[in-house]
Amino acid sequence: MRRLSRVLRWLVYAGAALTAAVLLAITGFVLINGIPHLTPSLFEWTYTSDNVSLMPALVGTLLMAALALLMAVPVGVGAAIYLVEYAPRGSRFVRAVRMTSETLQGIPSIIYGLFGMLLFVTALGWGLSLLAGACTLAVMVLPVVVRTTEEALMAVPDGYREGGFALGAGRLRVVARCALPSAAPGILGGVVLALGRCVGEVAALLFTAGTVAQVPDLLGAGPAGLFDSCRTLAVHLYVLASEGLHIDEAYATAVVLLAVVMVLNGVAALATRMMEVRDRG
Amino acid sequence: MNSSALREGTARVLFSAAAAVSVVAVVLICLFLFVNGVPAMAEIGVPEFLLGAIWRPANGLYGIFPMIVGSIYVTVGAVIVGVPAGLLCAIFLSRFAGARMAMLLAPGVELLAGIPSVVYGFFGLIIMVPIIRGLAPGHGPSLLVAALLLGIMILPTVITVARNALDAVPRRYYEGALALGADHERAVFCVVVPAAASGLLAAVVLAVGRAIGETMAVIMVAGNQPVIPGSLLDGVRTLTANIALEMGYAAGLHREALVATGVVLFVLILLITLFLNAARKRGGR
Repeated sequence: MRRLSRVLRWLVYAGAALTAAVLLAITGFVLINGIPHLTPSLFEWTYTSDNVSLMPALVGTLLMAALALLMAVPVGVGAAIYLVEYAPRGSRFVRAVRMTSETLQGIPSIIYGLFGMLLFVTALGWGLSLLAGACTLAVMVLPVVVRTTEEALMAVPDGYREGGFALGAGRLRVVARCALPSAAPGILGGVVLALGRCVGEVAALLFTAGTVAQVPDLLGAGPAGLFDSCRTLAVHLYVLASEGLHIDEAYATAVVLLAVVMVLNGVAALATRMMEVRDRG
Repeated sequence: MNSSALREGTARVLFSAAAAVSVVAVVLICLFLFVNGVPAMAEIGVPEFLLGAIWRPANGLYGIFPMIVGSIYVTVGAVIVGVPAGLLCAIFLSRFAGARMAMLLAPGVELLAGIPSVVYGFFGLIIMVPIIRGLAPGHGPSLLVAALLLGIMILPTVITVARNALDAVPRRYYEGALALGADHERAVFCVVVPAAASGLLAAVVLAVGRAIGETMAVIMVAGNQPVIPGSLLDGVRTLTANIALEMGYAAGLHREALVATGVVLFVLILLITLFLNAARKRGGR
């Protein structure tokens, strides 16, 4: 009896130790091998097979993620506002939205890639492009934004809203002035989560945005630059690793990706703490 | 007064339109997948497609049975590797760790969750494949590496969901067990864990969904031969890998067969989602 308890305790410790070891192994592997290869030539504006610059991919990541969030965040937040603040509880429409939102969340990214290719690239004729990739990502992260915003809004005490109504405000004003500000850190957390998925995505982008290592020509060509193909950092890493010719540069790319993820996690943690402080206050 | 009523009405319409987007998205995804995939399935023949053992598009042979088996093997392997470790780590974080220990490990788990799958794939390709090659010369990219790597990748999912389920068990369950003379380990494993069972099941099902859907990491370490693997050290190709590997150059029936592969994957995922909802509902009761 005593012995069983001791075995169980060691098993639990072993599970935790294994997780910690995996974390240290992966981050250590990337950082130790990658940091020495972060050379200035990797950050030159144009990619050549000599410098294997990751700059176009970095710019591509920023543009792609920004565009995707520009579409997904307003729609996602709006949907969550409708679900929490407007919809009659348990209506058939609400149930349909919840169910489809859950379904979207479980769909693997390669399916989004297929869908994006069939709709944006082929049916709409956009070709492999920044815009097609961003639209695909937007659909993919939409349920993340909806769910986190919903949770944040539901955590806002009803007293805030009642106070607003008691002062004679309409529903829109109550949402904008009472509910949303108080839910803002939670919504920010959701946006960061969505951003993280955009940054790390490959499967959904291979057949929608393509893999051309160039900065989309938005400055020179204007909106036509939206139809240029480009690659994100994650796609860049995949291409380098599968070609196997530039492993050092692949390590360096992995470092940059990991750094981005760490910063995003930091921001998310900060947002959570702000929520907790508010809940206590 | 009138303008404010107008503003309220517009806002309501806009918000409900935003809510309708996810319904529209699911409908469009189903539509595009099925319209492009089902005719190919009909042309190839459903039994030949689902149960055919040979995938050789150049000769017009489109059997995805090896990939279905491959996906199942890889997923089962990942569950064997990742679920016990993940559940134990969740139990640790929820019931064993001191505050400082949890403060250290929990952000680490979040970091694991945030690391992109290509980075995992890269790690597998550069570190794990050579290790296997060293231990078993002639082998390298294989079912074994894919299962190990996916097992690692599902860890954060299992840990986070399971920990939330364990944290939600009321304190009095644990205290009651202690009052009856159980020690800490017994109280946790015999009372708290069973009480959280449906949440733990949800964690496992979610992890299964993630493992089946993973694409890039698997491609980088699995070898990708479209053949049912005979041993752990043989290469394997999953449904997701089949799509991602060949979509770049496929045309005609080949391309449609790949979309049809996506349909099979999609249906599998829908079944898992249904199962997940059932698990959650049972927990809610």
